[in-house]
Amino acid sequence: MSVEAWEPVVGLEVHCELKTATKLFCGCRNAFGDEPNTNICPVCLGLPGSLPVLNVKAVELAMFIGNALHCEIRPSLFHRKNYFYPDMPKDYQISQYDEPINVNGWLELPDGQRVGIVRAHMEEDTGKTSHMGGGGRIHDADHALVDYNRAGVPLVEIVSAPDIRSAAQARRYVEELRAILMAIRASDGRMEEGSLRVDANVSVRAGRTDELGTRCEVKNLNSLRSLARAIEHETERQVSLLEAGEPVLQQTRHWDEQAQKTVALRSKEEAFDYRYFPEPDLVLVAPGPDWQYQVALCLPPMPAERRAKLTELLGAGGPTAAQVDQVATVVALGLDTLVVEAASSGIEVPLALARTANEAAADADRAREVDRAAYGTLLRMEQEGMLTPTQAKAVLADLFENGGHPADIARRKGFEALGAGTVVAAVADVVSAHPEEWARYCQGEDKLVGFFTGLVMQATDKKANGKEVAAELRRLRG
Amino acid sequence: MNASELAGRVRTGETRAVDVLEQHLRAIEECDGELHAFLTVLGDTARSEAREIDRRLGAGEDPGPLAGVPVAVKDNLCTRGVPTTCASRILEGWLPPYDATVVKRLRGAGAVVVGKTNLDEFAMGSSTENSAFGPTRNPHDPRRVPGGSSGGSAAAVAAGLVPIALGSDTGGSIRQPAALCGVVGLKPTYGTVSRYGLVAFASSLDQVGPFARTVADAATLFDVISGHDPLDSTSLERPNPLALARLEEGVDGMRVGVVVELLDGADASVVKRVHEAAEALAAAGANVEECSVPEVSYALPAYYLLAPAEASSNLARYDGVRYGLRVDASSAEAMNGATRAVGFGPEVKRRIMLGTYVLSAGYYDAYYGQAQKVRTLIIRAFARAYEQADVLLGATTPTTAFELGSKVDDPLAMYLSDVCTVPTNLAGHPAITVPFGVDDLALPVGVQLLAPALGETSMFQAAAVIEGAAPAGALPQICAPTIGAGPTSTRGER
Repeated sequence: MSVEAWEPVVGLEVHCELKTATKLFCGCRNAFGDEPNTNICPVCLGLPGSLPVLNVKAVELAMFIGNALHCEIRPSLFHRKNYFYPDMPKDYQISQYDEPINVNGWLELPDGQRVGIVRAHMEEDTGKTSHMGGGGRIHDADHALVDYNRAGVPLVEIVSAPDIRSAAQARRYVEELRAILMAIRASDGRMEEGSLRVDANVSVRAGRTDELGTRCEVKNLNSLRSLARAIEHETERQVSLLEAGEPVLQQTRHWDEQAQKTVALRSKEEAFDYRYFPEPDLVLVAPGPDWQYQVALCLPPMPAERRAKLTELLGAGGPTAAQVDQVATVVALGLDTLVVEAASSGIEVPLALARTANEAAADADRAREVDRAAYGTLLRMEQEGMLTPTQAKAVLADLFENGGHPADIARRKGFEALGAGTVVAAVADVVSAHPEEWARYCQGEDKLVGFFTGLVMQATDKKANGKEVAAELRRLRG
Repeated sequence: MNASELAGRVRTGETRAVDVLEQHLRAIEECDGELHAFLTVLGDTARSEAREIDRRLGAGEDPGPLAGVPVAVKDNLCTRGVPTTCASRILEGWLPPYDATVVKRLRGAGAVVVGKTNLDEFAMGSSTENSAFGPTRNPHDPRRVPGGSSGGSAAAVAAGLVPIALGSDTGGSIRQPAALCGVVGLKPTYGTVSRYGLVAFASSLDQVGPFARTVADAATLFDVISGHDPLDSTSLERPNPLALARLEEGVDGMRVGVVVELLDGADASVVKRVHEAAEALAAAGANVEECSVPEVSYALPAYYLLAPAEASSNLARYDGVRYGLRVDASSAEAMNGATRAVGFGPEVKRRIMLGTYVLSAGYYDAYYGQAQKVRTLIIRAFARAYEQADVLLGATTPTTAFELGSKVDDPLAMYLSDVCTVPTNLAGHPAITVPFGVDDLALPVGVQLLAPALGETSMFQAAAVIEGAAPAGALPQICAPTIGAGPTSTRGER
C-alpha cells in the first residue's frame, strides 16, 4: 500500500501568548526580550504566601478569542496542573481543565472548509530554562539557568478538533488563526518569539474509515515550515510502521529541526499524572451578559470579511491568482486598511494592493505605523507617472524608515518627473540608433521591448516610466 | 495587662511604647528558654517600631487601637526581611521580601511585632511537636504540649509574654492550642481575613486569626486584621461583622444550640464545662437547646483527604531551585528529591504522600471527589442547624493538654484532637474558643462557640457572656513575673 491510500488526521493545539500589559496573576510587565529575571515579583515567582489575582484584561482577550472562533463562552474554573519542573515556580501550572471559558467553536479556512474548535482555555506560561556548559544540551549541560520573566504570562490554548487532513491544511489553519488573533489584538503573531506555539496531534488511517488511529503528539514546532514538515514526516513514519505490520505507539514526540524528523520523548505509560484539582486561591470566572455583549460588540472585522472587502474592491472580473495571494498577505499582516483607504481616495486598487502586499508587507511593523496620508500621496505620485515603479519603491522604503513627505523624499533622491516629450525623444534616439533590432520588433519580436526600454532607461538615468516607453514603442510601430 | 489597657495607657501618654516593649522583651528573655514559644525575637526592629509609635504620639498623631501593643506572629506569616521558617528546615534562611497583609494591618494599628512563634512544621500537627526546631511547652504544665499547630502563639499569650498574637487555623490550629493553654482563640469566617503572606497549608481551609487573654482583645484584633484585600481573590468584598463595637450587647433572646456531636467522646470534665457554659448563657437570657448535627462526624475523614490534597500541591514549590534549602545532586530531579527528603519532617512527608495519592488518576473520585461531597453535606447540615439557632456551642477539644511524646507515634490519635474544630473549617464558618475553668488536673478547658458565615458579631457577644461567667482558672506555671497576667488571674480580679 502506498502513502496515497493513507490519510493523516491532525488536530492542533495552539498556545497563544496574550498581549496584555501585565501578567495573568500579578502586576509584572508582560514583555519579550527584557533582561532575565527583571519582570518578577513574589506572585509570579511563587514565593511562599503569595496568591494569584486574575487579570481582567486577559479574561477579556480570552473572550474575544472565543467570540472570533464562534465558541460558547461559559462560566469557567481554574485548576492546578501538578508536575515538577524547575522553570515552573510553584511546581504546578494554573490552567483551565474541565470547565474552560470557551468551548465548541469553529474556524473557517479561506477555501471555506471548517475546522472545529474543541476549546480555548486560559492558563499561565512557565519560565525558560537555558542549559549551560558542556554541550549546551539538556543531557550534557553543567548547569541550568532559569529566567522567570515569562512565568505567569497569560496564554490561551486553542485546541482544534481532529478535522485537519494534510500538512498544507494545518499550515493554512495556523495562518488563518494567527490572522484572527492579530486582528483582535490578542497576539503579535510572532512564532519566532514563541508568541504562538503549536503542538500537533497526528494519526493516520486507511482510506474510508471513520475510526481514528493511535495518535502521537509532536512538540517544538516553532514555525509554519516546521509544522508542515513535522506533520509530513510523522505521517510517513506512522504509515511505514503500519505497512510493516507494526503498531503506532501513543507517544509524545519532539520535532528535531536539524535532523528534520520526530523523536520519541515519552510514552503513554510515562505520561505525567497531573493530579488536577480546582485552584482554591481563585474563584469562578463568570463573565456577565453585559460584559459578553460589550466584547461581542467590539469584535473587529475578521480576516475573511476583510479579504472579501478587498476582492470586492478589485471589481468585476475577479482577482488574478497573484492578487488572491496579495489579498491574503495584506489581511494576514493587518495591512488591508492601507489598501482600503488608498482606494477610497481614488488610487487604483491593483496598484495599492501590489505595493502593500510586496513593499509594505516586507516591513510590516513600520508599515502599520506609517502616516496614511503620506502613503496615499506616494501611491498617487506613482499612479500619475510622477514616479516610476522603481522610484516609488525607493521612496516607500525611505518613508517607512524615516517618515516625512513623499514629494520631499523624491526630490531629495533626485526623482524629478521627466518633462513631457523627454521619453518620446529618448525612444526616437534609441530606435534610430538600432535599425536592425527595430526591424525585428516591427516584424513582431515583442520581447525586444525590454531591449529598447533598457536603453531608454540608461539614456534617462532610470527616470523614464517603463509603461510609457512601451506605449511609445507601440505607437511608433503603428 | 491586656492589649486594650496597654494601648489605652500608651495613647494617653501614661506609659511609653518603648517601656511596654522592654517589659515584654524581658519577660520573653526570662521565660522563653523553658517555654520555647518563639523561633525569632525581634529586639532591634521592635525597638525602632516602638520609638516610632512614641514619636507619632508626641507629634499628636494617633497610631491606632493597638498603639504600642507588643504582638507575636506565627512563623508561617511572611515578615519582610525577617526569617519565616514555617518551623521547617526547608525554609531555613529564607527572608521574605514582603510583609503579609495581616502584618501590615497590625503595624497600621500601632502594634509592635516582637517575634515569630513556633508551630508544627507548615502548620501540620496538633501539638507543636512537629517543629523542626523543637517543641513548645504548655505554660500550665511544661511536661504537656501547648496544642498546635499555633502552639507558640498560644503559649506566648498564656504565659503573658505578649498580650495578643496571630495564628492560623486550618483544622483547629488556633482554637485547639488556645483551649489547651487557657486563652481566647478565634477562627474567623473564611474570606474575612486576608491570606496574602500566610504560607499556604490547605488554601481552601486556612484562615488567620487572633489569640488573646480576653474576648475584647480578640475582638479588637479581629477588627484590625479583617477587611477586604485585593491581593487575596478569596477575600470577601462586603463589610466585615463588627466585633468590638457590639461586644457588650448580651445574649437576651439569642438562640443557642448545644451540639451533641461536639461533646461525643470528650472527657467528662470537658463535657461538664460546656454544660456550665450553656447554663451561663441561659442565665443571661439566651434560649439554649440541645441539637444534633450528625454530619459533623464525617468532617475529620473528609478533612484528612482535602487538606493533604491541597498541601501536596502547595508544598511542591519547595524544590531547592529558588529559595530555602538546596541539597545538591547530579540532576535537577535528583536535587529536588534530595532537598525534600532532607528538608521536610515526617508528618509533612506523610501528608504530601497522602495528598498525592488522593489526587492521583483513578483515585480522585473515590477520595477527593467524595470528600468534597461530604464538605457540601456538612455545609447543608450547618445551614439546617442555623435555622434553629443563632450560635452553636460545643467542646473545643475532646481532652485538655496531653503530655509531650504521648501521641507523636500515633498520628490517628493526634488527628482526633481536631475532631471538634475541623467541621467549621470545612464549612468556612467562624468559631471561637473561650477558656472556661479547669479540669481535675487544673489544666485549662475551652468551650467553643460556632456561628454561620459572617456571624462573628453574635458569636462574640455570647463569648463575652461566657467569659464573664467563667470559673476561676489556675495561674500558669510559666508566666511573666512582671506582667503576671495569666488569663485566670485577670478573671480572678473581677
